[in-house]
Amino acid sequence: MNVRLYVLQRVSAAVMAPLLLIHLGVIFYASNRGLSAADLLARTRGSLLWGAFYATFVVAAATHAAIGVRVVASEWTRWHGAALERLMWACGLLLVALGLTAVAAVVLV
Amino acid sequence: MGDIAVSLWRGNADGSYQVYRVPQRDNQTVLDVVTWVQRNLDPTLAYRFACRVGMCGSCAMTVNGRPRWTCRTLTTKVIKDGRLEIGPLANLPIIKDLACDLRPFFEKWQKARAVFSPRLTRQDAIERIAPTTTPRLAADAAIECINCAVCYAACDTVRWNADYLGPAALNRAWTLVNDVRDTGNRQRLAAVAAAGGCHSCHSHQSCQQHCPNALNPTASIAGLKRHTMQAYLRGELE
Amino acid sequence: MNGKRGRPQRAPNSGGHRRDPLWVAALLHRISGLALAAFLPLHFLVFALVLKSEAALEGFLRWTKNPAVKLAEMGLVFLLTLHLLGGIRILLLENLPWFAGHKQLVAGALLTASMLALVFLVRAA
Repeated sequence: MNVRLYVLQRVSAAVMAPLLLIHLGVIFYASNRGLSAADLLARTRGSLLWGAFYATFVVAAATHAAIGVRVVASEWTRWHGAALERLMWACGLLLVALGLTAVAAVVLV
Repeated sequence: MGDIAVSLWRGNADGSYQVYRVPQRDNQTVLDVVTWVQRNLDPTLAYRFACRVGMCGSCAMTVNGRPRWTCRTLTTKVIKDGRLEIGPLANLPIIKDLACDLRPFFEKWQKARAVFSPRLTRQDAIERIAPTTTPRLAADAAIECINCAVCYAACDTVRWNADYLGPAALNRAWTLVNDVRDTGNRQRLAAVAAAGGCHSCHSHQSCQQHCPNALNPTASIAGLKRHTMQAYLRGELE
Repeated sequence: MNGKRGRPQRAPNSGGHRRDPLWVAALLHRISGLALAAFLPLHFLVFALVLKSEAALEGFLRWTKNPAVKLAEMGLVFLLTLHLLGGIRILLLENLPWFAGHKQLVAGALLTASMLALVFLVRAA
């Protein structure tokens, strides 16, 4: 089980590295141009590309963050066993739910 | 040369530091200081040493917050404002004063299956192992461990995770993973992939920074991570 | 000759290495990760605002033009870049043969993250 969590953590990290570089580009672009909500949505609405990009990002980030939080909790708190499992799933599912909602909100027409 | 104000840990986990004044001498080591206290000031002081020349690792203690071999630490290198602080190694139960209980350290060694399982017997011809093969080079780079527990004492992951096998045990497991004469790899990889195994390492490199033999358990553990990941992807683990 | 200036209840001090650059790097990596994980739900909720109305998102985006918010965003860019670069170093460490120069890489990561954050702030201002 450790190996599985480890592999998922590292693979999600590897997936996110290039996505993050692009996302940083988006951050700088949007911030520099002072994009309004309308400008933003004009770019994302109906875009399969942005939808796929950010949906992938959300799933990877949720996986990575959930496992990371679990590891930190296992070392810095007294939680163990089932409590850690619940924490990990709660974080992961919360991030996936909120994240995919956000992606849908800006991509769906 | 004046006196050094030496704080020595006395007692067990509920103990405290006591200060002793020790004359500073040329070429004096921290082990010399501890020995001087025990011989001249307080014969009840408990501490360990053996070879006193940097070969056995028995004299490892915490000096000014860092684990080191006291016989190989010159006082001139560590004294701050005429003070020195010496305690037992961290992350291990304290027996008394500067002596800690190394049993957990060695038990984790066994748990990591960092033990040689030979294929051949004394009846067989001696197997020729070329020193230049990649696995042998990897094993040789990590083989000089003398189980002094300095890395174990330096490691925060050991401190935070009671199950963590620790750098020394995993480092030795790595040498055996690379030993073509050994047959125990299936169980060994399972052992180092279990809870508290190599995946708990966060690559702080405290072990590598503190190892008096200049070993690099972080690198060995990274090797174990690669091997266990490959075994997992091949379906050989869990 | 010897005094009993005991410091009771203070376990043997073993924190000397906690100033080592690689340990600090690991700690920063962990803290930045936690901060980003805490920030993400808020980030997602912002974009979900558009489900309420486009004006709701527009209102929020206008609020972010506030200099205090820009400073916080700069902090996020710093943490994000730091976590990314530190993470890449770990991925390389774990999957490639051992290489030297980790302290330099950590310094480089800190510098890059700081510079990127500053560039962000300057361009956003």
